[in-house]
Amino acid sequence: MDLLVLFINAAVIAGTPYLFGTMGEILTEKSGNLNLGVEGMMFMGAIGGLLSVSLLESGLGVDVAPGLAVLLAVGVSFLAGAAGAFIYSVLVVTFRTQQNVTGLALTIFGVGLGNFLGDFFGRRSDTGIVRISARAGAGFSRLDIPVLSDIPYIGPLFFNYNILVYLGIAMAIVLALFFKYTRIGLNLRAVGENPAAADAASIPVAKYKYAATCIGGGICGIGGMYIIMVTTAGGVWIHNVVAGFGWTSVALVIFASWSPRRAILGSMIFGALRVMPFYFPANQLITVGFISFTMPNIPMQFYAMLPYAMTIFVLIFTSIRPNRETNPPGGLGVNYFREDR
Amino acid sequence: MPAISTRQLTKTFDTVLAVDKVDFDLYHGEILALMGENGSGKTTLMNMLSGIYFPDGGYIEADGQRVTIANPKDAFALGVGMVHQHFKLVETLSATENILLGLPGGFFVDRKSAAAEVAEIIARYGFTLDPNKKIYNMSVSEKQTVEIVKVLYRGATTLILDEPTAVLTPQESDRLFDTLRNMKADGKAIIIITHKLHEVLAVSDRVHVLRKGQTAGIVQTADADRNVLTEMMVGQSVALHIDRPIVENKELRLEVYDLCVRTGDDVLALDSANFILQSGEILGVAGVAGSGQKELCEALAGLCKAQQGAVTFYPEGDWRNRSAAVPEAEDSGRVANGVPAEGVKTIPLLGKSPQEIAELGISLAFVPEDRLGMGLVAGMDMTDNVLLRHYKRGRGPFADRPYSRNLATRLIERLKIATPGVSTVVRRLSGGNVQKVLLGREIASVPRVLIVAYPARGLDVHSAHTIYDLLNEQKQKGVAVLFVGEDLDVLLEISDRIMVLCGGKVTGTVDAATTTKEEVGLLMAQMDAPQAGETN
Repeated sequence: MDLLVLFINAAVIAGTPYLFGTMGEILTEKSGNLNLGVEGMMFMGAIGGLLSVSLLESGLGVDVAPGLAVLLAVGVSFLAGAAGAFIYSVLVVTFRTQQNVTGLALTIFGVGLGNFLGDFFGRRSDTGIVRISARAGAGFSRLDIPVLSDIPYIGPLFFNYNILVYLGIAMAIVLALFFKYTRIGLNLRAVGENPAAADAASIPVAKYKYAATCIGGGICGIGGMYIIMVTTAGGVWIHNVVAGFGWTSVALVIFASWSPRRAILGSMIFGALRVMPFYFPANQLITVGFISFTMPNIPMQFYAMLPYAMTIFVLIFTSIRPNRETNPPGGLGVNYFREDR
Repeated sequence: MPAISTRQLTKTFDTVLAVDKVDFDLYHGEILALMGENGSGKTTLMNMLSGIYFPDGGYIEADGQRVTIANPKDAFALGVGMVHQHFKLVETLSATENILLGLPGGFFVDRKSAAAEVAEIIARYGFTLDPNKKIYNMSVSEKQTVEIVKVLYRGATTLILDEPTAVLTPQESDRLFDTLRNMKADGKAIIIITHKLHEVLAVSDRVHVLRKGQTAGIVQTADADRNVLTEMMVGQSVALHIDRPIVENKELRLEVYDLCVRTGDDVLALDSANFILQSGEILGVAGVAGSGQKELCEALAGLCKAQQGAVTFYPEGDWRNRSAAVPEAEDSGRVANGVPAEGVKTIPLLGKSPQEIAELGISLAFVPEDRLGMGLVAGMDMTDNVLLRHYKRGRGPFADRPYSRNLATRLIERLKIATPGVSTVVRRLSGGNVQKVLLGREIASVPRVLIVAYPARGLDVHSAHTIYDLLNEQKQKGVAVLFVGEDLDVLLEISDRIMVLCGGKVTGTVDAATTTKEEVGLLMAQMDAPQAGETN
């Protein structure tokens, strides 16, 4: 049983960057913008979040308090991701450039910028790497919630994560409620489904597209920061740190069929696939409760492939049984110009 | 004082003067019909009132005050609401949600009380609508109702309806006119854009006619008749009459038996259609949009798969075909049994691709509804578009461009296509000329069966008549023509027989010379009642 709890813990922690990326892209796509720059915005968020804490520490010569480090990293990574999305919005919404090309350009730009800044500031520092202090890094480690964390099973299962995990899940729930119950959410869905209809209903289409895309990009940026603070070495810049998380998130949007609630489930599944080989190593006897079995010898690459294979199956499944509720937004990928004839 | 008026209003697109210094007045409690040929600027003028387009010159007055309408929000603030020809609805939302879009109000949506308010409007004007139904589950007429209720919910006092009856059956149109009269009695000012003359005469109080972006005339409906209005629209008197030449010695050409087509959404779009098509006749196909016309055409052309049934082609020249062909609609069931008479040479078509059909030597031409999407390649010139039909000519991998260029040149001369030349991309041509290119190319392949879908849609009166003449010419050459149309007046004049589709079923086949519009209209609206002449 312990193994299963540890596995679920690891899956949730590994899945959270996907959750941020997927949520951000869902919000973006709900406005009709297909932003393929998620990978780039994650890089920008990662380097932004890391540098904000690291430069503050080296500038002041002190270790930043954990709470401040979290606030700073979340804020700056959000702004960095939003800045990337803003470039995208200006090009796509105002100048009506082709969305896929613009998104790919943003990815190339973001990856390059992140790696450049990471390497640049690394070389300038005494240690040769960009890093945050152990004190600041403590803000990103698991929370010890009094009482709750100590309940058997419930505690380890639900109250055993870092603060960003709770932030992500809370945001996903708020996002789901936002789409369903608020006036702005309803208007946003209309903008993404049929911008001409939204426009005729006097909804400011461009403003909605800008806002959703920039906030969505900001959320992607938080996901990038999570990767550098939690997923990898814990606050140390590594070249190419995001390494495909952004692309998997784009696939997850389809997997979740544009629902923030299904995004929670989807990212946890994808996270589980990522950590599976570490918790269920090949050729070992595994005991979960009453069941024990020998894990077959499956190569690591197989697990790495599974998220994409599952996305393909979801695509096939949803196209066999078409359902208007799980379709992509009707206006996705198409730029809107009111006076088009 | 007019509810809304324009003075010297002007709008230019690129170099085209779409609306040219138009003075326009609309009063409370009247229904004004706005008429004009396609491209005369009706929709552009209305789009400026509703804030979709911004005028280049002139100004707009509302209740005597000079106003600026920069976007749809400004228009709503002035009580101007427009029901667009192509509905502006979000398919995945419910009627109420669509109506609420963009409105100010609390942070959270209160669907319940909004639905109640919507229901109140529905009751007041006598509409039929479920406020909680999703748009994608709605019929066209329901969607239109949502659009009208949406405008009323926003407190519009001026309603603009852009070709509201184009997608309705005559009975649904009558019901719409009743609600329009209710609104007029309520003091609303209503503009209806249409080019159906009888509707203008039936429902409007006053008529404003545009021609080439300018006002051609304003008359009281009481003082107008069909000829006066047509003359104003076209600028000269035109023969509105369409010929119906009679061709002797018809032969059975195509027999369709129990044809069923399912769409991707698993809807039975065509349900057990039986009919025959003869040489030297035009078989009109009537029905509201989406009754299975598209599926019928595409199944015959080999473009979409049929679930069951048989389509049999009878090659010409066999005298037995002639004897088998029974023109009376009542007897079509006797022929349509799926089994040809003994000894008659026939070719089954169903399940064959267009290429296989062509390889069998059967010349079947299809002029689809979507001219620039499906019929022609918008970004290619005339030569290349003609080449698409003859790409197999020429040696080895090389296409025979000179042949296509010559054919294209001949088409320009013969059909009087207005174009700078064969190398102008077809997107640059006007709607009428695009249709001439497409129809001309198909006719040049000397078809034995010609399927045309909405050939005159969006064309002005002149171009439309050119197209009708071309179809009659083909008919006289012994071609079997299947004409899918929407304008019943045209269908009644040009067809020899009219087959009516409703909900994918053939609800009846009538003799065009003796039937009435009412009879066809009833067939268009009916789902289950069995009809004389049908053997299901």
